[in-house]
Amino acid sequence: MPPTPTPAPIPAPTAAPTPTARAYAHLWADTRVVFGRCLRATLRSKTNMFFGMLQPLLFLALFGPLLTSLDLGVNGSSWQTLVPGVLVQLALLGGSYVGLGLLMDRNLGIIDRMRVTPVSPLALLLGRTLRDVAQLFVQSVLLVLLGLAFGLRAPLAGVLLGLAFVAVLSGALAALSHGLAMRVRTPPEFAAIANTAVMPLMLLAGLLLPMSLAPGWLDAVSHAVPFRYTVEAVREVFRGHYTSGTVALGAAVTLGLAALCLFAATRLFGRARH
Amino acid sequence: MSTTSTTPPALRVRDLTHTYAATSGPVHAVRGIDLTVPRGEILGFLGPNGAGKTTTLLMLTTLLRPSGGEVHVAGHDLRRDPAAVRARIGYVAQAGGLDPACGVREELVTQARLHRMPKAAASARAEELAHDLGISALMDRPTAALSGGQRRRLEIALGLVNHPEVLFLDEPTTGLDPGSRAELWDLVRRIRTDHGTTVFLTTHYLDEADALADRIVVIDEGRIIAEGSPAALKAQHAPGPSGTLQDAFLVLTGRGPAQEPVAI
Repeated sequence: MPPTPTPAPIPAPTAAPTPTARAYAHLWADTRVVFGRCLRATLRSKTNMFFGMLQPLLFLALFGPLLTSLDLGVNGSSWQTLVPGVLVQLALLGGSYVGLGLLMDRNLGIIDRMRVTPVSPLALLLGRTLRDVAQLFVQSVLLVLLGLAFGLRAPLAGVLLGLAFVAVLSGALAALSHGLAMRVRTPPEFAAIANTAVMPLMLLAGLLLPMSLAPGWLDAVSHAVPFRYTVEAVREVFRGHYTSGTVALGAAVTLGLAALCLFAATRLFGRARH
Repeated sequence: MSTTSTTPPALRVRDLTHTYAATSGPVHAVRGIDLTVPRGEILGFLGPNGAGKTTTLLMLTTLLRPSGGEVHVAGHDLRRDPAAVRARIGYVAQAGGLDPACGVREELVTQARLHRMPKAAASARAEELAHDLGISALMDRPTAALSGGQRRRLEIALGLVNHPEVLFLDEPTTGLDPGSRAELWDLVRRIRTDHGTTVFLTTHYLDEADALADRIVVIDEGRIIAEGSPAALKAQHAPGPSGTLQDAFLVLTGRGPAQEPVAI
């Protein structure tokens, strides 16, 4: 026979339908909690930080010197062309694979555990994505500093603006990567999809060498890849040009892509199920 | 929402179904479950693998949208107000949900923060739970350093952070040694006695259901095929002086009780 004890006192944080302002306040507070947890996890695994930027770093160190005496068909030094490319490559590679971490957390039951709290799926997504942006931002700064050591010269305002472009792009890709990770089951499945998407996009965006070197057909195809506009805008601001059409187009495409990725990721996150 | 003075039951489930699309056509994983769980009851939810236990549990904990039917948890409609339901339940999945690199204290505090407790209250709640569940000495260890029984205690502590009215435990003693199982049974009983918490637990172990549950619900092929107290089920389906719950289970489902043998 079940005993009939008195019911426990009810904590009533979100009993009534909350007005919009309250919902936003919750979203902000919840996102901060998730961000904090994720950031502490990142800081615990110090090796991640280094290995995440190893590949772009190698391109800078071992590939960059090959370009210094070549005519790339663009204004400015080869470092002003390569460093922005490597930064966008970092956002693309780093951002696309962050979903693997989420997938592992999912398989450990961590995500389900957090979904059975009043916290919204959007806060779980944003908290993680902002952590990824923070990590990629720090890596980007280190890459720029290394670039300076190699011979990059660029105005501070241009560098800061370029880093802002890269931050928005990494946020977009990280969010999308998390969305994908909510819909696949295993890391190999995730890696297969991410690899298939990232490799051609990276080559077509003209990250390592500018598309000014490409034959007509390749240049035409690369216009369909949004990252091309981002990297060209970053190269432009690294040369100290802030008001050109290239920069405006790059900003529009990058922000548009971010909005689209965030929207898609939110949908994937909200509906996702085992 | 009801405004009558009678407290709603911990769980009221009406014609709950779940159907999903597979390449071979629709699969009816849950085919209409009706269930009322009074407050303070320990309910054992039994069934062979693939019977729909986990699917039902995922729906009751808001993780999976039901295809049909109605669920009220402590009076709150699962579809219309899932956030209110989440604020009132605790869920301990079989996977557990611990980050191996994360510290015990951090897990507890973060979970309390996710339930929107202010920082100081979250820290206090973490200490209180750790003390209650006998893991105070482990607060600064990473969860990977805990034994199986200690991990389970921490996972249950995480499920209790928000003073839930209903605690869902998915196969809570799977993989534990006999000593830890006995401790966990005591813990579940104590949670109910001290806080009046309703406990909804799935299990493969018939002796566990027998020892712990006030009432047992057996499901198979997405439907409830029997329910009653352990004694009533034995009397009805496995009569005789040596009849066990396992005999009753075998009669009811026409097969063995899942893949694992009954642990001693």
